[in-house]
Formats: sequence, C-alpha cells, structure tokens
Amino acid sequence: MSAQSSSFTIEQFYKAISQKKLIGGKCRKCGKIHMPPRPLCDSCLSKEFDWVELPKTGKLLTYTVIHVAPTQFQTMAPYAVGIVQLENGVKIPGMIKETPLDKIKVGMPLTLEFEECQQTQQWPQWPRYHFKPA
Amino acid sequence: MKGKPLASIVSAGLSKFGKIDGLYARELFAEAAKEAYERCPNLDPKRDIKALFIGHMGESYEHQGHTGATAADWAGLLHVPATRTEAACCSSGVALKAAVYAVASGLCDVVMVGGVEKMTHRSTPEVTEFLAMASDFPFEQWHGITFPGLFALMATAHMHKYGTTEKQMAQIAVKNHYNGSLNPKAQMQKEITLEQALSSRVVAWPLKLYDCSLITDGASCLILTKPELAKRYTDAPVHIIGSGQASDTIGMYEREEFTSIRAAKLAAKTAYEMAGLTPSDIDVAEVHDCFTIAEIIAYEDLGFCRPGEGGRMAENGETALKGRIPVNTSGGLKAKGHPVGATGTAQAYEIYLQLTGQAEKRQVADAEIGLTHNVGGSGATATVHIYRRG
Ligand SMILES: [Zn+2]
Repeated sequence: MSAQSSSFTIEQFYKAISQKKLIGGKCRKCGKIHMPPRPLCDSCLSKEFDWVELPKTGKLLTYTVIHVAPTQFQTMAPYAVGIVQLENGVKIPGMIKETPLDKIKVGMPLTLEFEECQQTQQWPQWPRYHFKPA
Repeated sequence: MKGKPLASIVSAGLSKFGKIDGLYARELFAEAAKEAYERCPNLDPKRDIKALFIGHMGESYEHQGHTGATAADWAGLLHVPATRTEAACCSSGVALKAAVYAVASGLCDVVMVGGVEKMTHRSTPEVTEFLAMASDFPFEQWHGITFPGLFALMATAHMHKYGTTEKQMAQIAVKNHYNGSLNPKAQMQKEITLEQALSSRVVAWPLKLYDCSLITDGASCLILTKPELAKRYTDAPVHIIGSGQASDTIGMYEREEFTSIRAAKLAAKTAYEMAGLTPSDIDVAEVHDCFTIAEIIAYEDLGFCRPGEGGRMAENGETALKGRIPVNTSGGLKAKGHPVGATGTAQAYEIYLQLTGQAEKRQVADAEIGLTHNVGGSGATATVHIYRRG
C-alpha cells in the first residue's frame, strides 16, 4: 500500500485538528468529500484523494441536551450536542458551547472552535473541538 | 415463490426478564433452552439440533467472550457448531437471519437460535459506557454523545419536521407499560400514567426516563426447522415467510435524514417482498422501542402509517392491544425489558405465542400474520421478519 492511499485516515484528521485545521478527503474520481477521510471512496471505490480544507461554519440540523452523561463527561452535564451541516454539505457532530442551553435552536448558524490539547498517556489522544454561535 | 415458508418455529423459550441476581448469562440461556425443550416433547435436542446461533453484545459485562461455545454447552448441546453474532441491540435479530440461512439452504434440519445479555450487576455509568460502544467512537462517543443522546437527536429532528410531541412519545410508554402489566415475564409489570411519564427526569432532552428502555438480564431462544419437517415436532408451527436485514453507516451523522432508520426500511422492503404481503396484512408486531421515539419511527419505516404520522398513530390508540394493529403486546423493550443480545429472538418469542394462541391476557384475537423489527445501535443494523401461523 502506498503511503498516499493509507494517509486518508481518522488519525490524519485528528492530527490536523491538533494543528487547528479542519480537513476532509476529496475523491479525485467522483468528487465526494469525506469527513472523516477514508482510504476507499464509499461511492465510487476510488483510492485517490486530495486533502481539502472544510468550511468551519454551518447550521444546526438537530440537537439534544445530555443530562445523564458517561463518567468522563459527568462534570459537564447538562451539556448540548448536535449535528452541524457545514456550508459545503458535510455533516459533523459535536458539542455546542458558549451559549445558554435554552438559546439553542434547530437551524441556528454555528462555527467550529478548536480546543487546547489535553495531555494524556492513554489511547486515544484525539484533540477536541466544539461549536459555538456564529 | 412469494410467501413460501423459509423455516418454521416449532418451539421457543424465554427466561424471566428483569434483575436476575445470581444467574450468569450462560445460566440464563439454559433457562430459555429448558422452556423450549419442555414445550416440544417430540424434539430430542442432543440428536436433532445441528447448530446454535446466539446473539450477545457485550463481553465487558461478565469479562466473558466466546459466547457461542459457552451457550451451546450450558444448553446441553456440546459439540454442535456454535456461532455468536454481534450487532449491538440487533445481535439476535441477525442470529435469526443466520439461522434462516442455515435451514433454508438445506444444510441443517434443525437449529437453535437465541440471544442473551446479563447487565444489571454493573453500575449505570458502566452500562452506559458499554452500550455506547454500539455507536461511532471517534466522532460520536468522543464528543460526549450518549446512546440515549442519539435517539434524542432523532426525536428533536422528528419534532422539528413533523410536529411530533413529547406527549405522543409518552403515550408509547403508557401503552407498553400497560401491555407489560399483562406479561408475567416482563421486568416492569405495572401501569404508569401520562403525567408520570411526562414528569420523569430528563435523560437526554427531549427524552425522559420513561422514554427509555430498561437495563435487563434475560435470554431467549427458538427452535427452527425445515417447513416440511415442522409437523414432526408440533401441530402448531409458526412459519417465517419473510427475512430482511440491512446495514447503514455506523455514524448517525453521516446519514441523509435523522427522522427515519433507512436500514429498517430496507429490511422491511425485503421481508414484505419475500412474504408477498403489505403493511396492512400485519395483525400483530413487536418493534424495537429502545426509546419511545424509536417506536414512532418504526410505525413509519414499516409502513403502518405515512412518514410523520407515527406520533398521531400512538395518540389515537391504533397500536394498543385492542387497536387496529397491536404493537409490542409483550410490553416491548420499554416494559418487558431490553437485555440487548436477547431482544431480537425475544420479540420472535412473543409473536410465536401470539400466532399459536398462547399469549393469555394479551392475546390478539385471530392473529395470523406477525412481524418483528429489531434495530442495532442508532440504526447501522436492522432486521425485519414476517411470520405466518402454520
Ligand atoms: Zn469517489
């Protein structure tokens, strides 16, 4: 396997996030933009991609406010999460912060914000991001 | 040929559902197997059963994998080929599909298919974490989205698009608790009021405690044979005449819409086509109500009503025990309980009882055609099976 075909991966996506870049893999054959990037296009089975920077703004498609949280997020509850459709159509889920919970509405414009990396020894060490009102 | 039986259920077993202290998964499965053997005196399990398929989701609960061989041994079937299937909450739905393949291919005359999960000995945060494994880890779990959270995202989308209400969702809970009150094997055998459901604490808005299914211990199984051999074992078989299964993206966010479950629609299409039937032919159904919104979406995906009308269907009582098409007569995942790996074949167990006139206080009069709808995770797997009284 060539280095190029193996590099369109979730690991590379998060490596870019740690450098405060939001990227996807664009299929050279059919043009589909993948988030996360993947080594095989699910539409046309091509293995050829180019990196593209994704727009950081979009609109909220749906959301929920989590009250019963897993151990790791318990101190943050209640917190909002939603699915955002970016301006180019790509969908990304994430937390919605920097707004009162009762101000969150379907259709509201949001923008992606990178968070500072936490230092842990455990897998995975993916950096985080969240959405805030645009 | 349409409507041709693919395989026939000649017996079925179900352990008690609930918090069953002191019994491990393998022992729960033995309880279900015991009932299936007792119901079918003409069956010699050691001689006749040629394979076991068993659904089981999580090895984390008991620090125990390798469920196929373990369950076969405890069911008294040592040395049969034993295969465990895992598709989150659809684990035994896909086991049933695999068992249908085994019988319909002609390779096996008689097989056992079932499922098991032992959950209640672990703390709620632990169970929450284990169940979350059914969803995408890098983009959903990692960003704090819980399993109820995914269905809450569907509920918000459904409310926004169709005007579905929290009250309509609560009506599903009230109906299923009523049905559960009539089922001696259900975990929750008590009725609840609409007010109780609506005022219960929020888990993931708009879903509240009474919108969520239960954490349950339990096991279920069926004995399947070739249709032409069914009368050897029972005078009252139930034929499987449609068997559909489909998959979808593991990440819910990648799907085109959040107001329906595409894998379930595809599985239903396959099953209806095989059976040569339409939604209006169904007399009784067990659907995957892991959350109340999931039952509303199931009505729409199965064609019991048009998209967006599921909430009203619940409100009008059309799916109540005495309604036009009774749904979740067992109490569903909501009240009977949801030992995730056992759920798919537990749904088939209820349909087996209904179509053989053994459902006692919750019997649907003259039920001839039944359906089960089993969903894994937020919909990355779904199976739909259609049954006809033999
Ligand atoms: Zn492509």
